[in-house]
Amino acid sequence: MKQFLFFVRKEFLHLWRDQRTLFILFGMPIIQIFIFGFALTNEVRDSRIAIIDEAKDEASEAIIHQLEASQYFDIEKTISEQQLVRAFREGKIKLAVVFPQKFNEQLQHTNAASVQLIADATDPNVANTLVNYASAIILDYQKQSKGFEPFPYTIKTEMRMLYNPQMKGSYNFVPGVMAMVLMLVCAMMTSISIVREKEMGTMEIILVSPMVPLRVMVAKMVPYFILSAVNIASILLLSVFVLDVPINGSLTLLVTECLLFTLTVLALGLLISSVSDSQQVAMLISLMGLFLPTVMFSGFMFPVENMPVALQVISNIVPAKWFYYIVKNVMIKGLGFQSIWKETLILVGMMIFLMTVSIKKFKTRLE
Amino acid sequence: MNVIEVNKLSKHFGKFKAVDEISFEVTHGEIFGFLGANGAGKTTAMRMLCGLSLPTFGQAKVAGFDLYKDAEEIKRNIGYMSQKFSLYDDLNIRENIRFYGGIYGLTDSEIKTKTATMLKNLKLEKEGNKLVKSLPLGWKQKLSFSVAMLHEPQIVFLDEPTGGVDPITRREFWTMIYEASDKGTTVFVTTHYMDEAEYCHRVSIMVDGKIDALGTPLELKNKFSASSISDVFIKLARKAKRGDD
Repeated sequence: MKQFLFFVRKEFLHLWRDQRTLFILFGMPIIQIFIFGFALTNEVRDSRIAIIDEAKDEASEAIIHQLEASQYFDIEKTISEQQLVRAFREGKIKLAVVFPQKFNEQLQHTNAASVQLIADATDPNVANTLVNYASAIILDYQKQSKGFEPFPYTIKTEMRMLYNPQMKGSYNFVPGVMAMVLMLVCAMMTSISIVREKEMGTMEIILVSPMVPLRVMVAKMVPYFILSAVNIASILLLSVFVLDVPINGSLTLLVTECLLFTLTVLALGLLISSVSDSQQVAMLISLMGLFLPTVMFSGFMFPVENMPVALQVISNIVPAKWFYYIVKNVMIKGLGFQSIWKETLILVGMMIFLMTVSIKKFKTRLE
Repeated sequence: MNVIEVNKLSKHFGKFKAVDEISFEVTHGEIFGFLGANGAGKTTAMRMLCGLSLPTFGQAKVAGFDLYKDAEEIKRNIGYMSQKFSLYDDLNIRENIRFYGGIYGLTDSEIKTKTATMLKNLKLEKEGNKLVKSLPLGWKQKLSFSVAMLHEPQIVFLDEPTGGVDPITRREFWTMIYEASDKGTTVFVTTHYMDEAEYCHRVSIMVDGKIDALGTPLELKNKFSASSISDVFIKLARKAKRGDD
C-alpha cells in the first residue's frame, strides 16, 4: 500500500509540474460550457427577414408589428420584389413575408386571405424553423382578431414541450460536453502519461522493481479520476448556476453514473496505452478513435435514430452514447434508476471488459 | 559463490535466435563485463535476467532464485540501470530518490538517511531541490547509478551506463562501480568502451547470440594473442554475420 501511495504522489507531482496542461484540463470544461452555452447554438434567433407589403392595411401592419416584436426575427426593411431576389442571393435575408394587395379586405369578406412565406432553404433546418415561427405568429394574429372565426369547427393543436419548455439547447449539450470532457481528460491523458513512461524508459525501471503491474495501472488512474471528479463538479455547477439547466433527478445517482463512465473511459485509456508506443500515436488514437465517435454517435450533435442501421449498430459500442442517454434521463427528465438500469448495466459491462483486457495486455507486454 | 547461473538460456523471436543457448556464471562481488556488437543479443539476455523478458527455453538463477518460479524475489534483489536515462526530468533529485526508494518498499526514515548520504557522496547537497532536467549528463548518470543501488541490491545490472559521457566522468563512474563491488555488490555491465572492459574482473563477448569468449581480460588477451581487449573484440566481431538491430 505504501508503494502505491509513493506512486500516486509521483503522478500528482508530474501533473503539478506541468501546469500548462493542468490549466487546460481544468479550463477546458469551463470554456466548452461557455462556448456551447453562449456562442455555438442551433437555436434560431434574430434572423433577418424582409417584408413585401403590397397591402399596407390594418391587418398586414398588425402582423408585421407582431413579427417585429418576436425575438426570432429582425426585420431588415420593407423592400420591393426586385430587391428581394438580390437580398436572397447575397444571403442578407433568410425569410421573406409577402402580403398581397387588399389583404385585409379579403380577410374580412371572403374569409380566405393568403400570405406568402419565402425561405432560403440552403440550410433546411433553419428554413423550416423560420417558416414555422412565422406561421405561428400569423395564426396567432388570426385567433386574436376580435369576433373572427373562419370556420365553425376547428381543431386546435395545443403543444407542450416536455422537460424543456423553453426549448433551450443547453439541455441537450450539457450531457454531451460532460461526455466529451471526460473522454479527453481520462482516456487521452491517462494513455499519454503511461506511454510517456514507456518512451522515456522509466517504465522498464518500474517493471524491474517489485511494484506489481496492477498497482502501477491503478496508481496511474487515481490522479485522473480525481481530476475528472473535479471537472464533473465544475460542469454541473456551471450548468445549474450559469446556464439555468436544472438537475431534476437525484444528484447522487447522477454523480455515481458520471463516476462509472469515468472508470469506463479510464479503462479505454489504459487499453490505448498498451497498444501505442509513442505519445503521438496515443494522442491520435484517442482523438480519432474516441473523441470523434463520441461527438458523432453519442446523439448529442446528430440524432442516432436517423442514421442508417449499420451506423446505429456501431453507435452501440460507443460508451458515450449510453452515458449521454443516462445523463439526459436523470438530469433533464428527472427519472430514477429503474429507467436507466439497462444502460447502467451496459456501461458496467463495458468497464469490466475493458479493464480486464487492458490488465491482460499490460502484463503480456512485459513478458 | 555464484550469484548468477545461466544454463543454455535462449530467446527466439520467430526463427530469429536473438540469444542462442548461452551459459555462464557470475560470482559474488564480481564485476562482469558483458560485451558484444550491436545486435549481438546483449540487451535481450540482460532483459531476461532482470525479468523483463521471458526466455524461450533454458535455465537461469539470479541471486539464488529461479528465473521462472521466483521472479518476484529476483526483483527485490537486483538493481537495474537502463540504456535510456531513467530518472524523471520533471521531478527534483530528492523526489526521484524518494519515488524509487518508495517503490522498493523503503521506509520514510530509510529514504531520508539514504538521500542525505547519497547527496553527500555525489556532492549534490545544494542541488537536492533542483529539477533533474537541469543537471549535466554526467551527474545524471551517476545519480541513476546511485538510485539503482538505493535498496542495496545483491546484483546491479548496468546497460551501457557510460554512453555519451566524458572521460573524466567515466573514470569517476568506474570508481563508483569499484566501490560497489568492494562492498560485495555484483556488477553486471554492458559497454561499448573497450578500455572499460579492461577494468572488469571477467569479460564475456557475445557474437550472433552466442558467447564466443569468456575469461579475465588477461586470459582473453593471451588466448587470442592480442594486445588489448579491443583487439580481441575486433577479431571476434569480424566473424559476425548479423548487422545492427
